[in-house]
Amino acid sequence: MRIITSQTITDSVEKMCVLANCHMNEDIRKALADSVKTEKSPVGRELLQNVLKNADIAAEKTMPICQDTGIAVFFVEIGQEVYVEGDTLTEAINKGVASGYKNGYLRKSVVLDPIKRVNTNDNTPAIIYYDIVKGDKLKITFAPKGFGSENKSALKMLNPADGVDGVMDFVVETVKKAGSNPCPPMVVGVGIGGTMDKAAVLSKKALVRNIDKRNSDSFYADLENALLHRINKLGIGPQGMGGTTTALAVNIETFPTHIAGLPVAVNISCHVTRHTDIEI
Amino acid sequence: MPIHIQVPLTQDAIKNLKAGDSVLISGVIYTARDAAHERMVESYQKGEGFPININRQLIYYAGPCPAKPGEVIGSCGPTTAGRMDKFTPLLLDNGLSAMLGKGSRTKEVVEAIKRNTAVYFGAIGGAGALIAQCITEAEVVAYDDLGTEAIRKLTVKDLPAVVLIDCEGNDLYVTGQTMYKQE
Repeated sequence: MRIITSQTITDSVEKMCVLANCHMNEDIRKALADSVKTEKSPVGRELLQNVLKNADIAAEKTMPICQDTGIAVFFVEIGQEVYVEGDTLTEAINKGVASGYKNGYLRKSVVLDPIKRVNTNDNTPAIIYYDIVKGDKLKITFAPKGFGSENKSALKMLNPADGVDGVMDFVVETVKKAGSNPCPPMVVGVGIGGTMDKAAVLSKKALVRNIDKRNSDSFYADLENALLHRINKLGIGPQGMGGTTTALAVNIETFPTHIAGLPVAVNISCHVTRHTDIEI
Repeated sequence: MPIHIQVPLTQDAIKNLKAGDSVLISGVIYTARDAAHERMVESYQKGEGFPININRQLIYYAGPCPAKPGEVIGSCGPTTAGRMDKFTPLLLDNGLSAMLGKGSRTKEVVEAIKRNTAVYFGAIGGAGALIAQCITEAEVVAYDDLGTEAIRKLTVKDLPAVVLIDCEGNDLYVTGQTMYKQE
């Protein structure tokens, strides 16, 4: 058994909040810089350059890249030999979010009740998914998720007979409907299989995989590339003002499913697509 | 070359703007997003009017990050304008003449833009740090309890934007996307 104090976790989470919100990931930066070279629209190229300039200012001033510093989403892998001393793991993470968003001058965007809508003022509670794994390590992945893009996400329970064509059509249709709203170029997370809820979580998890890494199964890697190709023909372009860079990547995650179903979830993300992780 | 514009805009200045024009906005603008819109319209419907004079003004759909000590404002990019569509025609019919945000608008909003000779500008979504550099003053003028969603009076200098929908109802999203569609 290995003891990790809850304070260690809280401190790490606080740091991750600022890091993820103020520093653009290298894979995203590279994809944006590459798209400046390939984008056909002159307006689109200018927008992409400004987005990169924005990331430079954010990093230099430790200022959020985007004012929507998101709802705090976590994927946690906890080794079953780990014992958290002090607060519970969930409390430790939430305390880190509260102090990270306060001390980092990040926006508090969470309301306590979806209908009554009063701000919690510390950006908690976080959305946390746990996986229990072997070993004595704790891996925490943090992904602040903005709602300009989250609102454009969708889920559909397809029939098995709809097959890969049905999946492709649904993904492309969802991106088309998202249009100019989610701050394109987008990153598209796709979850296929499981149950309704599992597909949705997979589509979110797909967004924390670096976009320069394709699915390890070549069938799905090809599907990711084919979807990206179709999406970039839609014409939406940077900021939706027209162009050939509508998405930077499509990331797919899958899970076994029932003989009667083919759940597909599409989680739309923006050109910032923030995530960072730490192993304790 | 971007066109330098001063807000509040005159009707003639609005008539000269065409969808697709790049502009640099200077002057005084007001932030308002979801919760502030709901309250403003509620207040109007109760006969209490608006908390700010919106006549000829520009509303920026934005909710900034808190300012660090010594800074004017935190990151302050545009939010999705479409969520305000339900409230926008009433504001335009009562004197509002310009909006700054991101994303497409409903037909009802486009019609209200046309009948009131108004204009909808787009700021770069997700470029909150860059836009914050153009804000020289910021002050909460209504709904302080709403935090980031309060109405703020901003003084801006050369804020980069694009005309998305002009006063004739031309929509850059439609023309721009049609031009690059390959299906």
